[in-house]
Amino acid sequence: MATLGEPGASGSSPAAAGLKKIKGAVVRFCGDSGDGMQVTGSQFTATAAIVGNDLATFPDFPAEIRAPAGTLYGVSGFQINFSSEDVFTPGDAPDVLVAMNPAALKTNLKDLRAGGLLIVNSGAFNAQNLKKAGYGTNPVEDGSLQAYRLIPIDISKNTLAAVEGSGLSTKEAGRCKNFWTLGLMYWIYGRPMDPTVRWIEDKYKKRPDVAQANILALKAGHAFGETLEISHDHYEVPAAPVAKGEYCNISGNTATAWGFVAATELMGIPLVLGSYPITPASDVLHELSRYKQFPVTTVQAEDEIAAVCVAIGASYAGNLGITSTSGPGLALKMEAIGLAVSVELPLVVLDVQRAGPSTGMPTKTEQADLLQAVYGRNSEAPVCVLAASTPGDCFYMAIEACRIATKYMLPVILLTDGYVANGAEPWKIPKVEDLPRFPVKFRKEPDGFHPFLRDPQTLARNWAIPGTPGLTHRIGGIEKDFDSGHISYDPKNHEKMCRTRAAKVQNIANDIPEQKIAVGDESGKLLVLGWGSTYGALHEAVRRCRARGLSVSHAHLNYLNPMPRNLGEMLKRFDRVLIPEMNLGQLVQLVRSRYLIPAESMPKIQGQPFRIDEVEERIRQMLES
Amino acid sequence: MSQTVDAKLTKKDFETDQDVRWCPGCGDYSILANVQRLMPELGIPREKMVWVSGIGCSSRFPYYMNTYGFHTIHGRAPAFATGIKVANPELSVWLATGDGDGLSIGGNQLMHCLRRNVGVKILLFNNRIYGLTKGQYSPTSEEGKVTKSTPFGSADHPLDPCVFALGAGAGFVSRTVDTQAKEFAVVLRRAADHPGGTFTEIYQNCNVFNDDAFLNFTDKAVKDEKQIFVEHGKPLLFGADKKKGLAIDARTLSLRVVTLGENGVTEKDVLVHDETNPTIAAMLARMPFPEFPVAMGVLYAVARPTYETAVEAQHGRATAKLGQGSLEKLLHSGETWTV
Repeated sequence: MATLGEPGASGSSPAAAGLKKIKGAVVRFCGDSGDGMQVTGSQFTATAAIVGNDLATFPDFPAEIRAPAGTLYGVSGFQINFSSEDVFTPGDAPDVLVAMNPAALKTNLKDLRAGGLLIVNSGAFNAQNLKKAGYGTNPVEDGSLQAYRLIPIDISKNTLAAVEGSGLSTKEAGRCKNFWTLGLMYWIYGRPMDPTVRWIEDKYKKRPDVAQANILALKAGHAFGETLEISHDHYEVPAAPVAKGEYCNISGNTATAWGFVAATELMGIPLVLGSYPITPASDVLHELSRYKQFPVTTVQAEDEIAAVCVAIGASYAGNLGITSTSGPGLALKMEAIGLAVSVELPLVVLDVQRAGPSTGMPTKTEQADLLQAVYGRNSEAPVCVLAASTPGDCFYMAIEACRIATKYMLPVILLTDGYVANGAEPWKIPKVEDLPRFPVKFRKEPDGFHPFLRDPQTLARNWAIPGTPGLTHRIGGIEKDFDSGHISYDPKNHEKMCRTRAAKVQNIANDIPEQKIAVGDESGKLLVLGWGSTYGALHEAVRRCRARGLSVSHAHLNYLNPMPRNLGEMLKRFDRVLIPEMNLGQLVQLVRSRYLIPAESMPKIQGQPFRIDEVEERIRQMLES
Repeated sequence: MSQTVDAKLTKKDFETDQDVRWCPGCGDYSILANVQRLMPELGIPREKMVWVSGIGCSSRFPYYMNTYGFHTIHGRAPAFATGIKVANPELSVWLATGDGDGLSIGGNQLMHCLRRNVGVKILLFNNRIYGLTKGQYSPTSEEGKVTKSTPFGSADHPLDPCVFALGAGAGFVSRTVDTQAKEFAVVLRRAADHPGGTFTEIYQNCNVFNDDAFLNFTDKAVKDEKQIFVEHGKPLLFGADKKKGLAIDARTLSLRVVTLGENGVTEKDVLVHDETNPTIAAMLARMPFPEFPVAMGVLYAVARPTYETAVEAQHGRATAKLGQGSLEKLLHSGETWTV
């Protein structure tokens, strides 16, 4: 009998409370975008975190806010991989698929592993919904789902029965079905309901009747687990052995925002975020807008261009200017970023990448803005480019972006993407006193001042802000004389300034950690080199291949411009280098041109993250043939 | 922190050592001189003053003012100024822009800066032509304008900067002429003293690409008859002997020109300027030329809270309610668990 998840080392022997102990499981909830699947998934995640599992999540939702009910393009999904061992990705194939309607079944069934548990809300499988999903016959009844352990439950009807007498309208009562479903899943995996009950009470404190109905539905779903034929599917996923400390569950966007807030304290100056709403970056604006008790100001600007200009204006006046956006917005900001390069002011640009070109697929993930970030401005306008590899890593890279921007007086582009921004993982909360401080120093001394005086080591110009007596000066986007900062059209001076701005970016390589091998030997047959949000899939794929005895290592870049000073030497210690990335091969171009090695590309550009098995297969092809 | 002495500053203190690179005879020289003359009177230390600009002839302005200056990118100066004001509301921020920079490429930024009432003093040099790109028509050029890019005449209908500013919700809208130093000084002083953002349109002669564009109302021979300098609380009279006035035609709800002493018209029939009245301001800004004179002076002025003070107040309220932000508390603010 297949179990609902991976059996632990001890097998699936019945535990004392009738719970079978398993290592972990991958569960996907899917339904209409109005069915509350994101809430269901988030609550399941919060509870998994509270019981101490390691986990990773992948919310996958349509761009339409409320797509027409029952349609294929209106399906919203949420996948969680939770385990008693280390988790690196949201999982490849779900062990359990919960489908709330025919459209959800149709779009998600292909991912469910053979023999997996398939829970469908049979109440939604009516003629109209079947037709919208393109089913000629009802798959729940026509025997086409025999490869799975199908459990049809009329969740709609059960929910209505559970909340009867709560005083809600039939429509409102029907909306409780996601909590009924969550209750059932809590029973299957032996999870406590209290955290969700508390969450519901808080969320609906202005509507106690709705809160009560949702709690009734949750409990009814839980009770339902005791009945019917799934009563033997009752599991325990023990806590994962993780480092001691206090944890919270954090998404990439929240971690980025918190990193920026932390930076204000670490650098000792306020920040101003100029931003224009754009999927999937808006949550950073939302999050930072809540922290007015901190030295954090947010300006929702009239457009992407104004947003970056507000940020640069704030930097000019002595705060750190930050702007958050996604690919199309980054394109609009480029002229202003070039100005920040030219006037040498600190600026942090967050690009939460999404699938393009143009509008593309706004809610789907991609890593195809790398070359835009590195090269996307007129003329020679080098900037520092960083990337975060996990949700928790966003916190530290946001701080690092602020450190580099203020120390080197230049724009830093921080790349995350929809996958890492919306995904969540348990995060060990750092101690504030352990975070590195990098206090900003403004120029105060009038003697010998001109605005483009440089620190001989970093080449950063001094930061002299309006309000400082004796330092009045003018800066702008016109080329400046190296020795006075005045306007200059001198040919040799222009070349000197271009080279200086480039050298300043290259100097950062002396100030960042050397590249480390994440897993594996320091040399060997194959190095899998990645960047950004692909960390988990590459890491686990390499681990699995190493367990098969293959000579493969994994290194993951956080610093894309400049790259770590030892990277070239590291790459040459491997016979081959494979670069998987969610684009048509951008890092591979940079690596080939900088290090003159025949790095091989593994592109994937489907709006979906890498699965572990596809990376694993590619490594095996390369090393076993 | 010590401040540079303010009372003793002179016009010379606001001049820089940079060669002024406008064409000889450009109206911008007059504007620069008018501005530099006023600055010492404001009592603002030079280091507290920032001049911001975009791109264009007018936007070279900051290089010639011995204050802090930021020459930015085309059209976006209002957004930079917003960032500066939000980061440090104490600074006196001035913005030089033109009809192309402010109303064409930067129309959106200008509109939102005015709407938000960011405390920035905006001077828009309107020469009804593109100068720095060598002579194409601008959004304020008259219909049918023949230029290099419109050899058969432009098909565009022009917009009026003051009408635009009023429509955007500016709290202070005024108009003056580059070479009329006396009126210029009055208007600029009012702008400087206004508590909040201000918008001043300055008719500026481009002697190279659009010479004498405003001559039909700035020429000494016609100036008195073709301009009306409006003042709050005073009747809207013009003409060399102040015998002409503007009156409301109640039947059409529009302005008409009347002559004192003709058809029984007395000063009582003449509309008294109320700069807090947006309807009067809009009518003055919209008066068609040459049937009406061109309205100069402060068309509209009302005090309302600035954007930066509202932003500051939110910080104050949040801190009063939640206490000074604690990073420690923030990091532990969600649902947490201990291993």
